[in-house]
Amino acid sequence: MSMNDYLQLSKVTIDFPTKNGPFRALNQVDLKITEGEFISIIGHSGCGKSTVLNIVAGLHQATEGGVILDGKEVNEPGPDRAVVFQHHSLFPWLSVYENVELAVKQVFKGQKSKQQIRDWILHNLELVHMDHALEKKPSEISGGMKQRVGIARALAMQPKVLLMDEPFGALDALTRAHLQDSVMEIHATLKNTVIMITHDVDEAVLLSDRIVMMSNGPSATVGDILDVNLQRPRDRVVLADNADYNHCRASVLKFLYERQKSPQTSSVSGVDSTPTTKPVKSKKVA
Amino acid sequence: MKAVIMKDKLINFFEMLGLTWATPVVKISTGEDPREQLFELGRLIGLPLLAIMFFLFAWAGIAKQIDTSLGQLPGPAQVWEQTINLIDEHKQERAKEAAFYQRQEARNQKKLEENPDAEVKIRPYTGKATFIDQIWTSLITVFTGFLIGTFIAIPLGIACGLSDKLYTALSPLIQIFKPVSPLAWLPLVTMVVSAVYVTSDPMFDKSFLNSAITVTLCSLWPTVINTAVGVSSIDKDLINVGRVLRLNWYTKVIKIAIPSALPMIFTGLRISLGIGWMVLIAAEMLAQNPGLGKFVWDEFQNGSSNSLGRIMVAVLVIGIIGFILDRLMLTLQKFFSHDKNAVLR
Repeated sequence: MSMNDYLQLSKVTIDFPTKNGPFRALNQVDLKITEGEFISIIGHSGCGKSTVLNIVAGLHQATEGGVILDGKEVNEPGPDRAVVFQHHSLFPWLSVYENVELAVKQVFKGQKSKQQIRDWILHNLELVHMDHALEKKPSEISGGMKQRVGIARALAMQPKVLLMDEPFGALDALTRAHLQDSVMEIHATLKNTVIMITHDVDEAVLLSDRIVMMSNGPSATVGDILDVNLQRPRDRVVLADNADYNHCRASVLKFLYERQKSPQTSSVSGVDSTPTTKPVKSKKVA
Repeated sequence: MKAVIMKDKLINFFEMLGLTWATPVVKISTGEDPREQLFELGRLIGLPLLAIMFFLFAWAGIAKQIDTSLGQLPGPAQVWEQTINLIDEHKQERAKEAAFYQRQEARNQKKLEENPDAEVKIRPYTGKATFIDQIWTSLITVFTGFLIGTFIAIPLGIACGLSDKLYTALSPLIQIFKPVSPLAWLPLVTMVVSAVYVTSDPMFDKSFLNSAITVTLCSLWPTVINTAVGVSSIDKDLINVGRVLRLNWYTKVIKIAIPSALPMIFTGLRISLGIGWMVLIAAEMLAQNPGLGKFVWDEFQNGSSNSLGRIMVAVLVIGIIGFILDRLMLTLQKFFSHDKNAVLR
């Protein structure tokens, strides 16, 4: 296994059943990710970028092709691929501490002592600067704070790869910038492998080592991959005047707005480009 | 600073109990703009008082116009008089009971003094059940029926919420049984209980079981439906978190499904208890089971000049108890709701 194959998506294709027959959302997606790499997936809405993430997470099953993580095929969801959801998805009846605790207790059952579990929960909440609000309920903290706790919960699972599905999409610009800085800081410390879905070009360039640009659906696939060779640590204010940064930014913009027009303007007549049905996977708890 | 926190806690506590009018009282006592708070107090207490006064006058006026075979329809004054009477009767009955036990004990004591080996008998007092005894009987019956119903309804509701197939299968049955009147169930329940519950030393009266089971059958359904809806409408993301964590089925139910459905479950329970209380009175009346319903029926059959007044006391007491039960459930509902800002009334 070469260094480059830590996470490997090969010929991932997914069809969703609809009334008018199967709808092919993704077609032959190939991607190789190195350990410790920060990857962004960007594309117009409805291009299936979240579907890619859900397949890696194991929440969706690919119709064809598959995902191999650290030498093992991905068949079901698991804590080694922790997900940060767009809408925090914290349990509203549990406190900040208890939300992380639920995950830690489940993942490290029988491996850590009581004290170790407590220390690990606190450590992860410190990483996202949320150790001041342990006893607060999600309804008592701001949207940005909720997302921080969501990230802490995911990190606390000590995942092989951290999956973030538009993690800052629902936040205001300032809060988003703070969280991006936190994520960069955490990535610098932990050197974890990250896949982040985003529709924000600046965010993608600022955070990523590589940007995967998706073509429009139906049958979306990897359109192009951009290497972002900017020195870390990165500072958004300094980078604003950096030629390389602006070049990267321009390349992504060009891909999105010249090569891949927004689906509304380019959609083929009679074919809706956004999938209206979600996959057949059961949404039930049982 | 500490006082402010205390004040907020106190206000939250009263609002939790549904006593919104206590808020301005607390605010006045801590010296917060008395004029505004007095105005607020006037609104929260004054308006309902005004409405009650109007109701009492209208009642008194109309009652005078209506003559029944049992005399004039009683107004508020006569009803108040009967309330006092009923309480006095209760006290007298209790005094008689105490006297009875005292006599019995004295008699037994004497017997033992004469012959230490004598067998003494302790007989229970068998006096007439007073109005207040009937209230207790009714409350015990309704809670028994409601608890049996809850123990069936919540697991059934959770199962239906977890499995679409089960819900689809059971839905028609639930919809058919939901609107059935207690009066229709009662004869069946009575016959089944007397056929099935055969013991020489019964722990419960059959009449008690009849009422309680009728309450169960009628009050079960709102909890089943609300629990099922609550469980089936869990946020998809939360379920995905459970899948990522590979929680087993049991943990998913205990840690995700039930807490997330809890507010809905309590909404169902609140409706169920309300229905249970309504159903109980009808069941007691028809089946001659002890309780408030029987009290009303007995007074109706009795037909004295006081009967209508006493029935009205019962009507008001039934209403007030129903109101208190509803408040009780509302408080629980608020306590278990994780969205504390939701307006519940």
